[in-house]
Amino acid sequence: MLPSYLTMGAILFCIGLYGALAKRNAIIVLLSLELMLNGVNLNLVAFSKYGVIPSLTGQLFSIFTITVAAAEAAIAVAILIALFRARGTVLIDAFNRMRR
Amino acid sequence: MDFFAKIAWIIPLLPLAAFLVLMTLGRGFRRAGAWIGSIGALGAFVLSLLVLSERLKPHAIDYSYNFSWISIGEYTLRIGFEITNLTALMLVVVTLVGLLVNIYSAGYMASDERITVFYGYVSLFTFSMLGLVLSDNLLSFYLFWELVGVCSFLLVGFWYARPAARAAAKKAFIVTRIGDAGLLIAILLLFWNMPGHALDFTSIQSIFGGHGGSFTDGITTVIALLIFLGAVGKSGQFPLHVWLPDAMEGPTPISALIHAATMVAAGVFLVARTFSIFEAAPAAMETVAYVGAFTAIFAAVIALAQNDLKRILAYSTISQLGYMMVALGLGTMTGAIFHLFTHAFFKALLFLAAGSVIHAVHTQDIREMGGIGSRMRVTAWTFAIGGLALAGIPPLSGFWSKDAILTAALEHNPLLFGVGLATAFLTALYMTRLFVLVFLGKSGSKAGEAKESPLVMTIPLIALAVLAAIAGFVELPWNGWLSGWLTDEVIEPHGSVAVIGLSIAAGLLGMLAGWLLYGKGIAGSQPLASRLPRMVKLAERKFYIDELYEMVFVKSLRGLGACLAAFDTYVIGGAVKLAGSAAGAAGKLGLRLQNGQVQTYGVAAVLGVVAIAVVVIGRRMLS
Repeated sequence: MLPSYLTMGAILFCIGLYGALAKRNAIIVLLSLELMLNGVNLNLVAFSKYGVIPSLTGQLFSIFTITVAAAEAAIAVAILIALFRARGTVLIDAFNRMRR
Repeated sequence: MDFFAKIAWIIPLLPLAAFLVLMTLGRGFRRAGAWIGSIGALGAFVLSLLVLSERLKPHAIDYSYNFSWISIGEYTLRIGFEITNLTALMLVVVTLVGLLVNIYSAGYMASDERITVFYGYVSLFTFSMLGLVLSDNLLSFYLFWELVGVCSFLLVGFWYARPAARAAAKKAFIVTRIGDAGLLIAILLLFWNMPGHALDFTSIQSIFGGHGGSFTDGITTVIALLIFLGAVGKSGQFPLHVWLPDAMEGPTPISALIHAATMVAAGVFLVARTFSIFEAAPAAMETVAYVGAFTAIFAAVIALAQNDLKRILAYSTISQLGYMMVALGLGTMTGAIFHLFTHAFFKALLFLAAGSVIHAVHTQDIREMGGIGSRMRVTAWTFAIGGLALAGIPPLSGFWSKDAILTAALEHNPLLFGVGLATAFLTALYMTRLFVLVFLGKSGSKAGEAKESPLVMTIPLIALAVLAAIAGFVELPWNGWLSGWLTDEVIEPHGSVAVIGLSIAAGLLGMLAGWLLYGKGIAGSQPLASRLPRMVKLAERKFYIDELYEMVFVKSLRGLGACLAAFDTYVIGGAVKLAGSAAGAAGKLGLRLQNGQVQTYGVAAVLGVVAIAVVVIGRRMLS
């Protein structure tokens, strides 16, 4: 069973990575980040159940991750709203002030 | 007993204090500048006189004091000061001329903007010259020697707005530097070879006086010649004489102080101070004598054809310094010091009188003067006394000192005697020409507005004229008081009627020739130029020495300098620029990557991780 869970996690991570790197809309990028986190969570849970030494630690970790991800999403959306108010756009390639 | 000798170290500190006060507070008080400078010089002069009066007592003991300055390992460098009869005499000469020049400058420089700076420099110069005189060892002597050179540079270039003054200042500094290098090497050689690395004059005298130590004849000669090179540079002897006439771009009181009476005498003083080394090296003595003799007659010939009042006097100074060198070379140190002593007074007098004339007519070209004797009586009379003393007419001071040298020359070397006599003739001739063209005859183009200078300028002239007239009586052919006093030996009367007669004859003949040629005007206004055009042209252009140096040394050194500059610009500078531009190019390349897009950075990071993964996994698979 383990390989199929791992494959699923890898697919989710890769889709998330593609979205995070290629999409222009900042909201989509945020959603893609959530996807990557969840791919990792899946890995943690799968190993905690079917790993060589099954233990509850992996599931505990994934709950932590979900909590942190929720907080991160809240902050990120708040920043995005502030950015949108200031700049009138959420397209990520418009935010290159650091270059100058 | 020797109380004043013990506090002689205060003498140079007085002008130094004046210098410091003038340099720090000078801008505030223009009028007081002259007072501060003069008071410093007056204090130094009074103290010097007291020191001299102590030395005049019979059996005065040389006083010296030194302290440890630097200790390196086992070697301790001691510096200090020393009072001997010679230094006491020099102290009085330097401070007296310095004082009179200070007073005179109050009139001469009155309208100059930077008069306080001028007094500051003069005080600094007096300080360094007095330090040089008092030094008891060669190292501190060298220190003050260089300081004197710096002051000369500052004062020659005092009117630095003039390009000629700037050039002259640089020339004076660089040319004397050639001689200084010789002196420095001589000091190093002495330092290596002297027992205990002693550099003080007393040890040098005892080592070389005893013909002992580890010195071979060869090294002694080399040291003596190198010391002489230093003297050649400072005292304007051939072939390093070229800076002295150009140095006349400085203010006239400076010409009197530095380039006639004191600084140029430092070279003679140096040789006199290290005379025991020369006495141990006969070849060096001969070199000194012949260089001096050649310089004496060479400069006298040039002086005959010059038209610039101050330049004539400058060449005359070179010529008289040549006399002193002849005396040193002949072994009569006292003769040289005697001539230095009298020359300081009459040459300072001549320069100051010339300054008075220049101050009145605002030109230095003697062809534009003429007939100002009746308008400036004091100047004319004092100049005449100085001129007669220089020409060697008895009973003025120059006659006695010149006679002492000529007597020594006749005893040792008839050739040098002949040269000395010819120079005496030429000296009388050019001084007569100068006096006649400036003070007598028809009024020149610039002579109309001439007025006598103020009292503050004429009083130093009168004082110097008195000294120039009587200073010679300290040593007469039949009474060698000065020689006895300087050397602590009983001197036999050495006068010779033949020498006195010939010397007077040369002087009178020279004056007669000058009067006939220039005064009566029997041969037109330019009598020599029309008869001997080539000869006069040659002398007028100073035998093309400057042009020769320009061709040989300056051009080649400029070429070398240009090569080195090109190497610096293109090779070294090129390498530096290459390093800089390489870093710049790398930065530009990095800037391309830095586009501010977070996603681009993310892609780069992912690619990096992939690359690392490929490498790690690849190595696993291979092994």
